[in-house]
Amino acid sequence: MSLQITQANFLALIQDLGRKGYQHIGVTAGGPMDEHAFLWANYLLGNDSDAPQIEITYGAFSAVFTQPTILALCGADLSATLNKQSIDPWQTYAVQAGDEIKFTSPNSKKGSAIRAYLAVKGGFNVPTHLSSCATVMRENMGGLNHDGKKLLKADVITYKKTYVGISDVQALVRHVPEKFIPHYSQKVTLRYLPNMASNGFSRVGQTLFSHLVYRVSQQSDRMGYRLITENKADEKSLFADDSISHQKKITSLISQGVSIGTIQIPPDGQPIVLMRDRQTMGGYPIMGCVAYQDIAKLAQCAPNAQVLFVPIDVEALEAEMVQYQQFFGVE
Amino acid sequence: MELVRLSENTVIILDDAVIDPTIFARIQAIAEAIQTELAEVIIDLVPAYHSIHITFSLLKTSGDEFLQRIEKIIAQEKKSVFKKAQQLVVHIPVYYGDEVAEDFSLILAEKKITKDELINIHSEKIYDVYAIGFSPGFAYLGYVDSRIAMPRKKTPRSHVIKGSVAIADQQTAVYPSDSPGGWQIIGRTPLDVVNYTQDHPMLFSIGGKVKFDVIDREEYLRLGGVLP
Repeated sequence: MSLQITQANFLALIQDLGRKGYQHIGVTAGGPMDEHAFLWANYLLGNDSDAPQIEITYGAFSAVFTQPTILALCGADLSATLNKQSIDPWQTYAVQAGDEIKFTSPNSKKGSAIRAYLAVKGGFNVPTHLSSCATVMRENMGGLNHDGKKLLKADVITYKKTYVGISDVQALVRHVPEKFIPHYSQKVTLRYLPNMASNGFSRVGQTLFSHLVYRVSQQSDRMGYRLITENKADEKSLFADDSISHQKKITSLISQGVSIGTIQIPPDGQPIVLMRDRQTMGGYPIMGCVAYQDIAKLAQCAPNAQVLFVPIDVEALEAEMVQYQQFFGVE
Repeated sequence: MELVRLSENTVIILDDAVIDPTIFARIQAIAEAIQTELAEVIIDLVPAYHSIHITFSLLKTSGDEFLQRIEKIIAQEKKSVFKKAQQLVVHIPVYYGDEVAEDFSLILAEKKITKDELINIHSEKIYDVYAIGFSPGFAYLGYVDSRIAMPRKKTPRSHVIKGSVAIADQQTAVYPSDSPGGWQIIGRTPLDVVNYTQDHPMLFSIGGKVKFDVIDREEYLRLGGVLP
């Protein structure tokens, strides 16, 4: 009747599209770090776009299916196997009772991406908490027992049985078309929309920012990706007097709501890109916001990955996002 | 007043960058008008102090159209004189006892006041909810009288007990759940300010009013309060 977790040594979380409409009471949105991969997994199975899945980070995860179903695997290649046979992401697989799926570690031949999505036909059955089951560990919210805990060995997640006859197996396999499969990399260039508010950085600051080479810091998590410059001296330069559009140098703002992808610049000059588990408000000066479609690319980066930024206009981004949302039926 | 596109589907309205009741009233009026008039395209709306952060649906409106509609609402609201309906005051019972008021001695020494003065000053005022954030249901209440306004701790505590009532500069708050925190603790409420089993899980709402009522040790325990 269920998926039984036999190994969960790093980070595996129940996720759906997250909590919408609760930010005004301080509730973190949560949701899949790589939403694009998540949406494809549900799409391949004909599930609701919001159907619960397991987000597996880095690997060190295995589970046994106790009844037949079809699974979809999308996102990072974590060297997954099904009954010890290696399987590729971005497609569906039929499984029988007793089959074991195992994720070991990021595949360096596939860009060493770190987050994989495991979905089953009809979605996993998980209770919701404020209309979502997305796990936000910091807020003890969502997850299997709605206490915000990550998945652990011996956890049991139920799903609806889908019988698959042997003769149907091949016919049921669905792939994501090659041209839609992202080429994950540990060297990413992120498009961003510069912050045009008068409390933002000036053109000088923006230019400086988009010429620096950053690396993902060890202190990055689902809440935010912290970035460090390769050259220490560059960090403070973002706060040089002529790079701020204000007369006075600003190092903090009155707390205000923040968007996903917001690039905050704290006084130490090390940017933080806000991700799915971000707090609902922030008070650091804002350089801009990473393009929605590029957040997934960053989410697949591990510490030490190289990050560059390039400014872009909102018009192009808007058209891209509308197309994405219409295709997957999400808003 | 500035209206800025932050990303594909988010915008922010920024008023003058000061924490001020008049500006906050204007922000609330605009937020309410947007909520009413544009409900069908709004996904999330977060008013706070001098700003309103909005997430909207690109499937129901284009960015340009949305910005125009917001601009119209701002123009209308700026002209109208904002009179807020009488708000119900949420009363929070607080036990200001030494066992729970971990930072009493620090504040008394720094501010050169007595314990009774501190309790009176903190509990006699009716506060406004200026923002909710930091953690679910954490309400920023202002203003705290300057006689007891105490800056945050340089090093935050790694564990603040749920229900702790605390001060940071001219703001005060109740910690809705156990969490790290750097505010100065002066008391504790036995009340749950967040209860997910109810239709309205949060006791506080933005723009609401809050008053702290002094209770003694017996009353605190009777209401389910726990002591260290």
